[in-house]
Amino acid sequence: MDQTTGMAMESEAMISLRNLRVSYGDREILHGISFDVKRGETLVILGGSGSGKSTLLRTLVGLERPSSGEIWLKGKNIAAISPAEMDEIRKKIGMSFQGGALFGSMTVGENVALPLREHTKLEEPTIEIILRLKLDQVGLSGFENYMPSQLSGGMKKRAAVARALAMDPEILFFDEPSAGLDPIIAAGVDELILDLKKAFHMTIIVVTHELASAFLIADRMVLIDKGHVVAIGTTAEMRASQQPRVRQFLDRVPEPAVSQELDYLQMLTEQNHPPTR
Amino acid sequence: MVLVGGKVEVATQIGQTVTDGLAYLGGLTMLGIRAAYFTFVSPFQGKPLRWRGAISQAMQTGVRALPILSLITFFIGLILALQAAYELRRFGALNYVASAVAISMTRELGPLITAILVIGRSGSAFAAEIGTMKVTEEIDALETMAIDPVHFLVAPKFIAMIVMLPCLTIWANMMGILGGAVFGVAQADFTWTRYILSSVDALFLRDIVTGLVKSVMFGITITAVGCQEGLLTGAGAEQVGKSTTRAVVVSIFMVILVDLVFTALFFFMGAR
Repeated sequence: MDQTTGMAMESEAMISLRNLRVSYGDREILHGISFDVKRGETLVILGGSGSGKSTLLRTLVGLERPSSGEIWLKGKNIAAISPAEMDEIRKKIGMSFQGGALFGSMTVGENVALPLREHTKLEEPTIEIILRLKLDQVGLSGFENYMPSQLSGGMKKRAAVARALAMDPEILFFDEPSAGLDPIIAAGVDELILDLKKAFHMTIIVVTHELASAFLIADRMVLIDKGHVVAIGTTAEMRASQQPRVRQFLDRVPEPAVSQELDYLQMLTEQNHPPTR
Repeated sequence: MVLVGGKVEVATQIGQTVTDGLAYLGGLTMLGIRAAYFTFVSPFQGKPLRWRGAISQAMQTGVRALPILSLITFFIGLILALQAAYELRRFGALNYVASAVAISMTRELGPLITAILVIGRSGSAFAAEIGTMKVTEEIDALETMAIDPVHFLVAPKFIAMIVMLPCLTIWANMMGILGGAVFGVAQADFTWTRYILSSVDALFLRDIVTGLVKSVMFGITITAVGCQEGLLTGAGAEQVGKSTTRAVVVSIFMVILVDLVFTALFFFMGAR
């Protein structure tokens, strides 16, 4: 049904989360997240707004420090390593941000070549070749001298992917790859993710709330709700799941409207215990 | 009882404000130290300085500020001459206008006016640039690429400011003296040559040097505040506006404070 790259040798865990907790100040966003990401799979982290999925992604790439718990990545617990060690791991991962996060003062080419110029001692002609290769992979050949402001939303995302690919990462992270794009362009970005998976057997982690896109690209999915893992499984398992929260999310059922004054008061006073339905 | 409660509240508030202020100063110091590390230490560990960034920043903060700085300090020199003459005239001592203008420009107003202009032009721009990059996740992108934002963005600005602010200050001093000379020649029977010569006569090297030492300190202060405000920007476009405003207000306050500290220091060290 779904063509997972689930060969035996590829099933070892690339990333393992163990009871991960993350807080902003006094407010805990993630309340003990545990799951594994297998080598070579595409894992989609699903969740509504405010579910904590973006925080989870930021924690995985080391932008947020967990308050407790472990993140095992390439044999190291990145929740407890030094900044210098983290920088070494960051050279092996690529991240494509929601809005692209291209540097506005540099051309597309300079953006993509930046990690190479910063971290490698490659000669300029070699960098030029890699640059053209990466732009070609994302379908942006010939755009190296454009400024990011001259690109459309979809092209910006592609350029950001090219930059994330520059260092030949082992893991690629995407934050909301189809956010703010029209359906056709968004489908193009999905296609790009599938191509990367096929071509490089890269481990890909995507955070999104776009269901169509999620089911198209995912091998497995994790549904996050209010800082907890609600469900994890293959796309087929998720479709078949009878868990109420999963069904509600997949069937796009709105939160029940509060009709009774009494219920509303109760909801206000018991914020931690949402009304059962 | 109510009174006691009120007093406790006020004390808590004051304590909170002091702690916040100290934390902010600590942040500025850390930023300065990290920028100094990337400027003076890490080039010897194989992480080269970003000269290209520093030079373009120097162009932006230094060279492009020259026209407006010239005009402003020329007027300030003229105003100083007029104000000094107002009092000196009564003693028939108009020939002291030259030394009054020269000393107040080089020791105080040259560095200060330059710093305030640079706050408006560049301190605000630092906060806006870095703040926008924060909002659009470009700062996060740098970090995920294992590129230190302080090395990449902040250190070149420090270098540019530490070099350019003293240069601008020297230029401001000269333009101020020129402004004074216009009054001197038109109203106080000076010739151009005599005005310039009596200005030079009135100045000691230490007047110029204390002004320049201050201007270096101002450069460090403005850069640290502008970049720190940028890096502390929250989410959303309106936060960039707030950071920019704060960068300007806090920079002006800090520059005056640094000015006071160094002026007092020079005074008690006996440097006239």
